[in-house]
Order: sequence, then structure tokens, then C-alpha cells
Amino acid sequence: MWKWLHPYAKPERAYQLCHTLLPWFATVAVVSLIIGTVWGLVFAPADYQQGDSFRIIYIHVPSAILSMGAYVAMAIAAAVGMIWQWRTAYMTMIAIAPVGAVMTFIALFTGAAWGKPMWGAWWVWDARLTSELILLFLYLGVMALYAAFDDKLQAGKAAGVMAVVGVVNVPIIHYSVEWWNTLHQGATISKFGKPSIAPEMLWPLLINLLGFAAFVGAISLMRLRNEIVQRELHRPWVADLVANSNARAEKE
Amino acid sequence: MSQLQAIDLTCIRRDRALFSGVSFDLEPSELVLLSGLNGAGKTSLLRILTGFIRPDEGRVMWQGESITNDITRRAFAQQLVYIGHKSAVNPLASALENCVYWCEQQQLTTPPSVIFDVLTTLGLVGLEDVPCGQLSAGQNRRVALARLWFKQSATVWILDEPFTALDVAGIALIEQHITAFCAGGGSVIMTSHQPLVSITQWRDITLEYRI
Amino acid sequence: MSPYAALLKREMTLAFRQKSELIQPLVFFVLVITLFPLGVGPSPDILQRIGPGVIWVAAILSSLLGMERLFRDDFQHGWLEQLALSDASMTGLLMLKVLSHWLVSFVPLVIISPLLALLLNLTEPMYWALMATLALGTPLVSLVGAIAVGLTVGLNRGGVLLALLLIPLFIPLLIFATSAIESAAMQLPYGPQIAIIAALLLTTLALSPFAINYAVKVSLH
Repeated sequence: MWKWLHPYAKPERAYQLCHTLLPWFATVAVVSLIIGTVWGLVFAPADYQQGDSFRIIYIHVPSAILSMGAYVAMAIAAAVGMIWQWRTAYMTMIAIAPVGAVMTFIALFTGAAWGKPMWGAWWVWDARLTSELILLFLYLGVMALYAAFDDKLQAGKAAGVMAVVGVVNVPIIHYSVEWWNTLHQGATISKFGKPSIAPEMLWPLLINLLGFAAFVGAISLMRLRNEIVQRELHRPWVADLVANSNARAEKE
Repeated sequence: MSQLQAIDLTCIRRDRALFSGVSFDLEPSELVLLSGLNGAGKTSLLRILTGFIRPDEGRVMWQGESITNDITRRAFAQQLVYIGHKSAVNPLASALENCVYWCEQQQLTTPPSVIFDVLTTLGLVGLEDVPCGQLSAGQNRRVALARLWFKQSATVWILDEPFTALDVAGIALIEQHITAFCAGGGSVIMTSHQPLVSITQWRDITLEYRI
Repeated sequence: MSPYAALLKREMTLAFRQKSELIQPLVFFVLVITLFPLGVGPSPDILQRIGPGVIWVAAILSSLLGMERLFRDDFQHGWLEQLALSDASMTGLLMLKVLSHWLVSFVPLVIISPLLALLLNLTEPMYWALMATLALGTPLVSLVGAIAVGLTVGLNRGGVLLALLLIPLFIPLLIFATSAIESAAMQLPYGPQIAIIAALLLTTLALSPFAINYAVKVSLH
């Protein structure tokens, strides 16, 4: 059933796949980020309660969703690496990690910036903010573990274990923090309910979500491409690649 | 039929292919000497044979079964003595205790008198009860090598640089023991930087250093 | 003698040869707890309110100090290699190492915790809740810790990295354990929290052996 995937275990094929996919991801990312952001920040109506400050939602929500999505993607890549012993899967994992960490950071930063006008403080121990902060630590742990090894194949395997252990823990951490939060200070913070959002506000959000997803994908693909070339530097196919691109540069 | 077979082994470390397509059979009564420059992958090959490293391609077979199978791995472990770079001698325990721990771990019922005899053979008289942390590197090595005497059921020895830190007399003793083991039908695969002195019969497998 | 019994015997003998390594994390644990009254003031009410959290935070931090010992020496000396070549299940042997580590590092901690409960002015129900959470929670710390130690044991600079990897994973445990003790302080039933910790422990017990074995294999590579 998964046989069609197997050729991509070869770094060369994975590189070609990155090469083919990257323009698509990049185009979708640029187009939808421009449309979604301009629509959201300029044309969407202001919120009747929060005024214009709600507009940060167009950055905050997509980055928060992608921070978790990227973590799951990273863990899936790690699991694929463990099950089928693919080097490219570990490379994919570590290509995604910093992108996901940056998404987490953006979500935290925009969350704090949103919190200031809404709650009157830069940081409150809101359940979602707290679990997002812990998610950032989990990302940093995976990246630090990967960086600590000299042998990058071993590094990938080790970091992969942490990624998988982390993904098992994320829901536990999330619910425990939520529970802790309601125990300690549920009354002091008026949590956002899920207000039904007006369609003219929702559309730019969805478009931006798509844009962020494509953006994460595009950056990860670029990082994966770099990772593959760096790791395979001594292989003939990389030498051919360099020779080809040099020849093309000379012609121009 | 030989018991231990390496089939088409490839090892990639640090994104560099150390060796590929290495195949050989380890025959009874045979001594195989792995040679090659530093970094050619001798230790990696020995560690693949023990099953610590999974080869990137190829298989290691014990009596016709792959050692990745846990049952085969355990059957193989019963007949194997491995002595690696790390001697597995705990500096807090004495020479005697280190031997006892190893024998118990290997489910060998070795009476203390036998252990004393072996330690005497190895020139550790009077040092049996001293914590190994206080012994010299060569003496620690001798404690590790004592294992070659305890496991009578062993048919394969995998030795990574067994002569490191040993003096001339120590090397002669170990070479003599290896010869006797091979004469009794055992097979040995080992690496050594020093040329062998008293052993005259061996098979060379050379790993070439590749970039 | 079975290889499992042999390992347990060896672990225990060697652990008690390094008494300072066993005692130092305990002293650290007591010291951290002593710092809090000095830092936040000796008012009994405040101490009672922060006590459960302080004890658990100190327990987690001090556990990180002794955690490396779990596989470090045996990895460096090469004993883990010899274990991998004995006629026994490697997973079983590693779990025994975790068990013996728990026995020598955490059981003393559970034993001296009543003393600390006195220092922090905890009431008797709180003390029983503390014991229950420590008894169920510390095996969890050992098991999860063993995964990270297995991964970092081959690195020379594993100490801080270990903390970075492990502390986020212990957050749920900290939350439920302190919440149980707080419930006990208010004379409320704390069964649910204990049940959740027990559930976490059982889940970890079921899944961690594979992870620990895999982690050690990666390091033995």
C-alpha cells in the first residue's frame, strides 16, 4: 500500500521531489499570504468588542495551528524513519523542527501582544499560552539533542525518539495544563468562548491558514533540500548537480 | 558449514560509506585478522558482527539465521565472547568481582577457585581483591581478557584490539591462548595494530579506507 | 543464577560503593527546600501553600542530578555491550537497571520527605497525599528519565541537555501531584489526582521499555 513512497527514501529522489514541489508551495504561500493578510488587516470589519486589535488573529491563529501541525508532521517523519530506517525521513524531521519552533514563537509573541490590550498583561498563565510555551521547549529539546551528536544519522534517530515521546505527551500536557488552569485561576480570566465568527472575518483567516501551511511546507522543503545536499556532499549525484548548475551559470 | 556469515555488509557512518559489499564466512578453527588503516571501519565491522550496529545493507547470519532475530541473537550470545575497546571492567569492583559479575551475567557457574587460577595465569596474583580503578591499564586489560578462559561453550571470539596496553609477556600469553582455542575448533575474528608474534596461520581481510 | 538476578545483585553492590553519588542529590533536595522559607519568608501559611509545589519541584530537580548515573558508567566502561551479548532480553535487563536506580535514588527521598513536610508546615493529610504522589510519581520520573538518559549517554555534555529534554515532560506529573496535595490540604478527596498519576505510570510502564531499549541501541551504535 505504501510501496509508492519507498523510492523517496533515496536522497536523490527526495531532492528531486523537493525541487518539483517547492515552486508550488512557494506560489501558494506568497499568493494566499498576501490576499489573506491584506484582506484581514485592511478590509475585514473590526470586531465590535475588541476593535482593531482582534486583527492579530490573522497571524496568531494560523501560527498556533501550524505550530502543532508541524510538531505532528515532525513526529510522523520520525516514526517513518524508525519503522522503515529511512535517512531521508530523519532529514525531513530535522528540516521541519526549526520552522515549527519559529511558528510556536510567533504564536507566543502574538499571543502576548494580544494579551496586553485584552487582559492588561503581556503574559498570563492561560492554558493555551502555557501549553504553547511547553511546546516550544519540546521543539528546543529535539533540536538541541540533534545538534549534540556528531554523527547525524545517530542524531536523527535520537531526536526522533524525543519527537515521538513528545507527541505522545503533547495531549497529556495540554489537558493537564487546562485542568490546572481552571483550578487555579479560571475565575480571573474570562476565557474566550468560541464566538461564531462572521464569514467576512473567517475567509481571510482560512486563506491565511492555507498560506501559513504552504509557507511552512516551502521553508521545510528548502531546508530539506539543503540538508540532503550537505549530507550527501561526497556522492556523485551531488557533484553532477553542482557541475550542471555551474555549466548553466557559465552559459548565462 | 561455517557458523557465522557476513553477507554483503555495507556500513555508513557520518554519511560516509565505510565499506560496502563485505562478505565472508568465519570457518571453525580459523583466525581472521581484520586489517586496514585507522577509520577504515574495522571496529564498525566487528560491532556489526555482534549485532550492536545494524548494517545499512546486508545481513549477519548465525547458523543460517539472521542475528536481528532475537532468538538467534540469544543463541549466538551463548557461544560468543566479545571484548571491545571498552573493557567492561568496573573500576569500583575488584578483579575477582568483575570476573564473577561477568560469569553470572553469562550464566556460567565458575567456581572462585577457577577464577583465581585464571587470574594467576594472567599475572594478577595478589591483586584479586584490589578495586580495578587502582590497577594499571594493562592489568585492567588482563581482567577483561580473563573472560576468554571462562566461557567453555564459546565457539566464536570477536576481539577488538585485544593487545592494547599489554606487555610482551601478556601478548604472548593471549596469542598462545588464541592458538589453543583455534586448535580446539573455535573461530576468532580480531583486529590488531601489532603484528602477531607466535601465530603463523591466519586469514587476512583488508578494509580499504575510502573517502 | 539467572542473568536478571545477577544484574540486580551487581547493580545494588556497585550503587552502595558510591555512597556520595547517592547522598549528594538527597542533600541537594533538602537544600533547595531550605532555600524557600529563606526566600519567601517563614510565614506558616505561605509555606503550607507553596509546600507541595516546592517539594515536587525540588524532587524533580534533584532527580535530574542523579539521573545520568543510570546508564553513564556502564555505557562508558562497556558493560552495556556485554549485557547486550548475554542470553537475556535486553529490554528486561534495562528495566531492571531502572528499577535498581529507582530503589537507590528515590526510595530514600520518599523516606526523608516527612522531615521536609515538617519544615514546610504541611498538615497530616497533606503528608499522606505527598507520600502517595511520591510513591507513584517517582517511578514515572525514573522511567521517562531512562529514555532521555539512554539517548544522551553517549554524549559528553549530556547534563544540561537532559534537563532540557526532561523537565517539559514532567509538567503533567507536577500539576497532578501538587493538586492532590492541595486537595488534601482543603480536606477534599484527592483520589482522582492519584488515579490519574497511577494511569500515567501504567501507560509509561507499558510504553517506556521499548523506548528505553531503542534509545540505548541508538547510543550503542
